Amino acid sequence: MATTTTATAAGTAPAAVPGWRVVAEHWLRKYRRVWFGSAISSFLAPLLYLAGMGFGLGMLVDRSSGGVGGVPYVAFIAPGVLAATAMQVGVGETSFSVIGGIKWDRMYHAMLATPLGPGDVVAGQLAFVAFRVLTSCTVFLVVAALLGTVRSPWALAALAVATLCGLACAACSYAFSARLDNDRGLTLMFRFVITPMMLFAGTFFPIEQLPGWLQPVAWVTPLWHAVDACRALVLGTATPGPVLGHVAYVAAWLVAGWWLAVRTLRRRMVV
Amino acid sequence: MPRAGPGDGPARVPPRPPGAKEWVDVGTGEYLLPVPDAPLILARGLVKRFGDFVAVDGIDVEVRPGESFGFLGPNGAGKSSTMRMIGCVSPPSGGTLQVLGMDPATDGPRIRARLGVVPQRDSLDEELTVEENLWVYGRYFGLPRHVVRERARSLLEFAQLTDRADSVVEPLSGGMKRRLTIARGLVNDPEILLLDEPTTGLDPQARHVLWDRLFRLKREGVTLVLTTHYMDEAEQLCDRLVVMDHGRIVAEGSPRELIDRYSTREVLELRFDTDDHSRYLADVDGVAERVEVLADRLLLYVRDGESAHGEIVRRGLEPMSSLWRRSTLEDVFLHLTGRSLVD
Repeated sequence: MATTTTATAAGTAPAAVPGWRVVAEHWLRKYRRVWFGSAISSFLAPLLYLAGMGFGLGMLVDRSSGGVGGVPYVAFIAPGVLAATAMQVGVGETSFSVIGGIKWDRMYHAMLATPLGPGDVVAGQLAFVAFRVLTSCTVFLVVAALLGTVRSPWALAALAVATLCGLACAACSYAFSARLDNDRGLTLMFRFVITPMMLFAGTFFPIEQLPGWLQPVAWVTPLWHAVDACRALVLGTATPGPVLGHVAYVAAWLVAGWWLAVRTLRRRMVV
Repeated sequence: MPRAGPGDGPARVPPRPPGAKEWVDVGTGEYLLPVPDAPLILARGLVKRFGDFVAVDGIDVEVRPGESFGFLGPNGAGKSSTMRMIGCVSPPSGGTLQVLGMDPATDGPRIRARLGVVPQRDSLDEELTVEENLWVYGRYFGLPRHVVRERARSLLEFAQLTDRADSVVEPLSGGMKRRLTIARGLVNDPEILLLDEPTTGLDPQARHVLWDRLFRLKREGVTLVLTTHYMDEAEQLCDRLVVMDHGRIVAEGSPRELIDRYSTREVLELRFDTDDHSRYLADVDGVAERVEVLADRLLLYVRDGESAHGEIVRRGLEPMSSLWRRSTLEDVFLHLTGRSLVD
């Protein structure tokens, strides 16, 4: 080739750029083509929840019982919607695209033919997910603040907690999707895991309203812990102990999901 | 990279062969080539199992620098499994494998850094442009951005895609996507280019364009390793090949050698108006060195097709059609396995 000279030097040092970074670069480059539509929808959906549930339904709630726990209903759900949005965006980025990378556009096959390994492939995509979740949540939080639902500067910490939650859910969704042969399993995941979690993990009403036997189910979900922590931070009622406990719990989901994702991808691809 | 065929030892003096060191064997006074004979790929008793199924059943392979080496065989012969093991994306189940002098089990990433891979099914990012595909792929090898950009430009020229550099990949033709995949496989300037069924599914014209590009790479000294079930492709591109069937190697040599060894110079094809061509076996007895019965014709392996045809006419046989041609690798395969390559 005409370009022979510099090649072998670069070839012998494949680790010059960390693998996860070049994978994230690829995802960002793909995202550049669709960012506008995607950003609008990741931001519009939570805003609709806030408008419909918060102000519409909230009017009834506030009139009949004076809000939830002493705050107007819209302020009660805003931090919940923040965490739930993080989950939705995270899972949205590691479901269809994971099956696609394995079966449809086969991007993972291309990646793994290079010096990259399954660990790089997963880490790079999760780095991109972190970017997606953080930007979506930031925009939402700004709007929520303009609507007067943010009551403490600790809301910035809520942003970090929400991102952690989005990543944890994304890693688990990755591990699940990497086992699938087609997208039927994803429909089940969204219908029976993601949507119920969104509705019943304390996002729109305190889980104390759930029947007693259902409450432990809510405690198990990473979303409830993120919702509870975000709510305390945004409303300025946080105490370090519970918040740190919640963060540690969600982080444990992230670590477990991440580890499973890498293991599943390796078993699927390196055969 | 020095070109050296299999078995080339130290070159005779003088003149000094290109690429040779100025070291001279004190015993014979011969120039020494810088280990041109060290194989780039070395497999001994290589096995790949998927559960109970044995896809590759103990094959020995040696590929040397600058060689163009082929795996020829029908679908399911174990070619792709072999390629995946060489590409260090599939661990061998048995035997030994060395690629570029390293062990894929422990040095996978380092080996892959120096390989170019053209997989059987395209794995391009169809949402990105032609040029962007080369950029992101080059980055996977840790190449700096400016190097990737420069290289992309010359590779697009090589792949005759310069005027499509900014188009999104999705609507491109199959031949263009294939050329882009090959260009992508060259982005790290690999020492070996692995091509799995490079022209399967392309129309004849696109195949010829692709062969022309691969032939150019071959002339530039790139080591090509390819699988194919097209005998014409193997004849066009391979210096040396192995014929695979049911996970085993059934023959090895250059296309010419294989034809000389396993077939006659010419073949006379006779088509009769019948459902069962074996009925005519007795009628053609003695005309050919060997006869193969296919569903729709008889193949007579002869030294001279024209005189064999004369003999057929003399015997009063009236085939619907008859033609004589040179032997091909298809005939070699038929002889070795009793089956056709493409079914």
